[in-house]
Order: sequence, then structure tokens, then C-alpha cells
Amino acid sequence: MWFPRLASDRVLRARPTEAPFALTLRLSNVERIYCLNARAARLGLHRGMPCADARAFCPDLLSHPADPQADARFLATLRRWATRYCPWVGLEEPAGLVLDVTGSAHLWGGETEMLADMRARLARAGLSLRLGLADTRGAAWALAHHAEGIAAPGDLLTPLGPLPVAALRLDDESCIALQRMGLRRVADLAAAPRAPLARRFGPGVLLRLDQALGDQPEQITPLADPPHFAVRLTLPEPIGLAADVMAGTARLLDQLCAKLKAQEAGARVLCLTLRRVDQGSGQVELRLAGAMRDPARILPLFERGVAAADAGFGIDQMRLEAVRVEALPVQQIGHRGPAQRNGLDDLITRIGTRIGLQNVRRFLPADSHIPERGFLVAPAAYSAPEGPWVCPRPRPLRLFAPEPIVASGPQPPEQFRWRRMRLHTARATGPERIAPEWWLQDENWGAGLRDYWQIETRQGRRLWLFHTPQNPGWFVQGEFA
Amino acid sequence: MSADLRQSFPLRCGRVHEACGPAAFGFAAVVCAQTPGELLWVRESWLGDQINPVGLSQFFDPARLLLALAGNQAEVLGVAEQALRDGAVALVVLELSSSPSLTTGRRLQLAAKAGRSTGLCLIPEGMGSNAAETRWHAAPLFDPEAADSTLMRWKIIKNKSGTGGAWDVRWNGAARRLDVVSPVGERPGSAGTSD
Repeated sequence: MWFPRLASDRVLRARPTEAPFALTLRLSNVERIYCLNARAARLGLHRGMPCADARAFCPDLLSHPADPQADARFLATLRRWATRYCPWVGLEEPAGLVLDVTGSAHLWGGETEMLADMRARLARAGLSLRLGLADTRGAAWALAHHAEGIAAPGDLLTPLGPLPVAALRLDDESCIALQRMGLRRVADLAAAPRAPLARRFGPGVLLRLDQALGDQPEQITPLADPPHFAVRLTLPEPIGLAADVMAGTARLLDQLCAKLKAQEAGARVLCLTLRRVDQGSGQVELRLAGAMRDPARILPLFERGVAAADAGFGIDQMRLEAVRVEALPVQQIGHRGPAQRNGLDDLITRIGTRIGLQNVRRFLPADSHIPERGFLVAPAAYSAPEGPWVCPRPRPLRLFAPEPIVASGPQPPEQFRWRRMRLHTARATGPERIAPEWWLQDENWGAGLRDYWQIETRQGRRLWLFHTPQNPGWFVQGEFA
Repeated sequence: MSADLRQSFPLRCGRVHEACGPAAFGFAAVVCAQTPGELLWVRESWLGDQINPVGLSQFFDPARLLLALAGNQAEVLGVAEQALRDGAVALVVLELSSSPSLTTGRRLQLAAKAGRSTGLCLIPEGMGSNAAETRWHAAPLFDPEAADSTLMRWKIIKNKSGTGGAWDVRWNGAARRLDVVSPVGERPGSAGTSD
């Protein structure tokens, strides 16, 4: 199955036009024609032609930028559609499909009828199509590209013989070299002595010939269907009560979790779509703190979202999809440990649905002498607790942004005002000198070195002050217990 | 001076308590250290000061601590209620910037009872809800004897099921233990005032 104008047909499906049309792609700084419709081809345009030349040929040419990724996606969609003819469908890049119809043609009433059905359906879809059917993959490709039709089973050289050597899926260089040697047709090539050909061109050319004629096997690789983690429940009568929706969700969860278990995966983000009678739909998204597939644990987490969903005139279809899944291998269950962790994960999920999963954090130790960088704050759902925590010198419980106080000199002040309080120093411990990390730019440490003092005041407050000797000033940065 | 600290501390499980005063943070750290299990600290995200886990590690292992940053006080209370009811964490510390109403306090109390977990609200001085089980006032004291000491005066200013009292306590970082110190006036050779 070859789609000679796949890219332009794809775009023209959305905006049909009779005028000449071309898709352009910028290659090495020149806009060139990537794909064009039949009308434009009749006017003398061809692929690879610079866009400016094409405009000179045909002033009323409509053009549109090409999107090769979208074409590949479209081809994948077509591949999925083609599994209606047989289960064994592979891609033939860039614009073809290869189907192994052995044993399934009779379901359509024969090979001719099947090809007619394909033609009719794809013509209705607005795609130009060329079909080739033969005993081998190579021969079918040659027929689809160079002489449409069905090759009778058995002797492949008869239908392939008159075709040019390009029909053997050779690169341009080999084709031209073969033509220079006078081997223009497949029949010429098949009749030529093999040893000099192998010496001249390497094994590639002969391999392609053998594959086309069926002397060498060639597999069709069907694409594996990615596992699809979504289940749906359609209801004969619309429902509206939260309890009913939860019961429906429970059924869906059971099915989904069975699928997840079969794939040894766990859901990380779940999306429940509730379609209402009036065709509107509401979505309940659940972000889990850890990959899980236990329906009994997930179901209660949906309660808050389902209670807030709008049922309208009733819900008649529910769809549950695991939007993001992670590998979750089966684990040995122990008699202690996991239950506690699971409870905590559920709590994180529940809090996460209220304030956002990224706002539930945990502290991780970091390797730095700078007080503010001595720890990291990471989302709890995406990190594990770490340790150990080392604290060689006393550190305050709370850190503020440095608050300036009025003082001078390298020794701590006898008395100072901080936050409208007059404090008297009773004991000062220090200094502890901390140098900025020169390999990091940090404007907070622009004042240079800091001499930290642990100040105990007669009023009771225990504060962490620092003096910046390079840029004289005193600041309060933290408070001890 | 007053009754035994052990009647009121460690805080009663399944209840919500309140702490205020300049050393409320230190009080919370001691309560965290005395509670086995996972801990949750709920605070508003806009607050200017930071919890320093390196400092907390003198009291307990910060790996046990989870931090929830909520957008406003209503969310702080909502998260705390959920966590208390859930029971997966043994202690929920919540920092409040304004006084919770009686209804709010009662809801937290019921949630703590349902989840068999303890709640501790850090409240501004002079506020607090009547539903709290106990209310503590913690203030740091200057300790003339030892440097880097954590001498504090804890006062119970409200107690639903017991008497009030005041104690001078000090955290023993090496042994991870709370030491009750005799008040300044009763110590040999001191000239301080006691109340």
C-alpha cells in the first residue's frame, strides 16, 4: 500500500481545493516542494523543485509549510486502521504500509475484492493510493511503486522483469551505476552473472533482488501496540449521585488495575472523564504521590474530586485513563514497613489534591557550608528521605533573610535593637567564619566573608548574627531554640 | 513551684494543643523529638522565615519531617484536619497567623480524635481557640551556666484536664532528652527572680 501524495492529501483533507497545491519544506536554506497534488504535478511541478521556480511556473499555486512529524503520525493512524484487513501490518517508511494478507483475503471475498475495498475506502477518505500484491514484500513494493496490480503466485520474474531496477528498493547511486552498465530492467539484472555484480556493488543489490524474487526471506514487522491504560463504562440510565459515581469508578478501577498489574505498571496520574447527557463532560484528575495499582487504596482518593464534579442532568458515560504510568514491579510483601509508607503516600496524594502535589515537600541534606544551602527542599512525591544529617556546629532553628542592625566594629555589640526590641548581649560565642562559594554567583553573599556569632541576650533570645568584615555591617540571620 | 511536668508533657495524644511565645518554635521542636513516627509541618507559603532542618537535626531526624506549604490559612487548617483525621502522621504542627475560631478548633479536635494523632498549633501570642486541650507559653531564658544551652521557660496557660504550671527546661542534645531544671531563684547561689 503506497500513498504517493500522503503529505499533501493529509493537508487537503482539512481544506479541499481544486487549485494546484504544494507543501514546502525548508532544506539547506531553500524552500523546496515537499509534496504536491495531482493538479500541480500536471502543470509541470515536481518534488524538490525550489518554491520560487514553482511560483514562476504556476502563479496561482497555493502552498503550505510541510510537517513531516504530523505525516508520520497520520501514517501510524492509517496503520492502525489497516489492521481491519489483517492483523500483521507494518510501516513502510516514509509513505507506505505493508500488510501480510496471507490467510485473510478470503474474508473479503478474494484478493481483488479486498483491494477494491481498500481503494474505495481510501478514495472516500481523499487519499491517493497505489496497491501492489505479490508473494514477497519486495515484489509488492515494486508493483505498488512502478506497476500497480496483483502478481500471480509462483513465478515473480514475469511481472517484475519489465520494471526498472529502481523497483528493487536500491539507492540512487546503485541505480545509476546499473543503468550505466546497461542493466536497466529487473530481468537484465536477474540474467546477469552474480559474482561480478557482488564484487562491483557489494551484497546489497543482490540481496534486494533475492528478496524481491523470494530467494531470501524478508520479515514484516508489525508495530507493537503500546499498552493502553484506559477503561470505559457506558450506562443505560444517567446517574447523578456521588455514591453512584464512586461505585462506577470502583468498577473501572478494578479493570484498570488488572491491566496495570498485567503490565507490572503503576499509575501516577489518573484522569476520570464524566460525560453528561448533554454531551458536556467534566474531568477529575488525580495525581498520586507514588505509582500504585491497588484499587482499594486509589478509590478513596477520588472522593474529593468526584464530590466536586458537576453531574448536570446526569452522567451516562465514565472513562478512566491512567495518563502517566511508571514501572512498578511486583514486590515481596513483608510483615512490616510498607503499610506505613503506603499510608503516608496516600496522605501526600490527598493533601496534594488540595494544595498541589509540588507543595508537599521534604528536606534533603546538601553538601554546603552556606547555611541557606545546607539543605534542599524537594517535592515529597518525587524524592525519598535521605540521611544522615550532620550538624557539627550549632545552627539556628529558623533562618530569616538577613536583617540589618545598627552596630559597628568586628566585636558583637553590647546592645542592639532588633524587631523593635532592645536586646543586651550577655554572651557571645564566635566568630565562625564562612566564606562565600566563589564558584556560584549569589547576590546575597555579595558582601563577602561572614563572621557568624551566636549571641545569647539577657532577655533570653538566642540569635545568630553575622558581621561582614569586607563590607562592614551587622545582620541577624536566625534564631536558636 | 508547680506540679510535675510529666502530667502534661508529652502532650496528650488524640488532642490538639497550642503553643505561643518567642520560643514556640523550640517547643515544637521538642514535641517533634518526643513523638515517634512521621511528622507533618503545615505553614503558609508566603512566610518569610525558613525552617532550618540542619538546626532541627539537633532535636530529631529531619527525614521524618514533611512540609506542606499552603496558600492561605484556610488551606493550612484544611490540610491539617485531613492529616489529623488520616492518622498516617503522628504529629501535625501548624503555624497560624490569626486566631482560629471555636468551630475550627473543635473540628481539628474531632479530627485528631478520629485519627489518634496529635496536633500542635503555633499561634501568635494572646490568641488561640477555646477548643484547645492545652495552651503553652514558651520563652527562652538566658542560662548563665552553660553556653549553647536551650534553657526555656514553659508555662501552661490553659489546661482542660489538669492544672497549670511553669517549668524551666533544657534540651539535652547529646542524649536527646528533656531536662527539667530547678528555677533560677531556687538554684544554689543564684540571685535571679522567679515567678
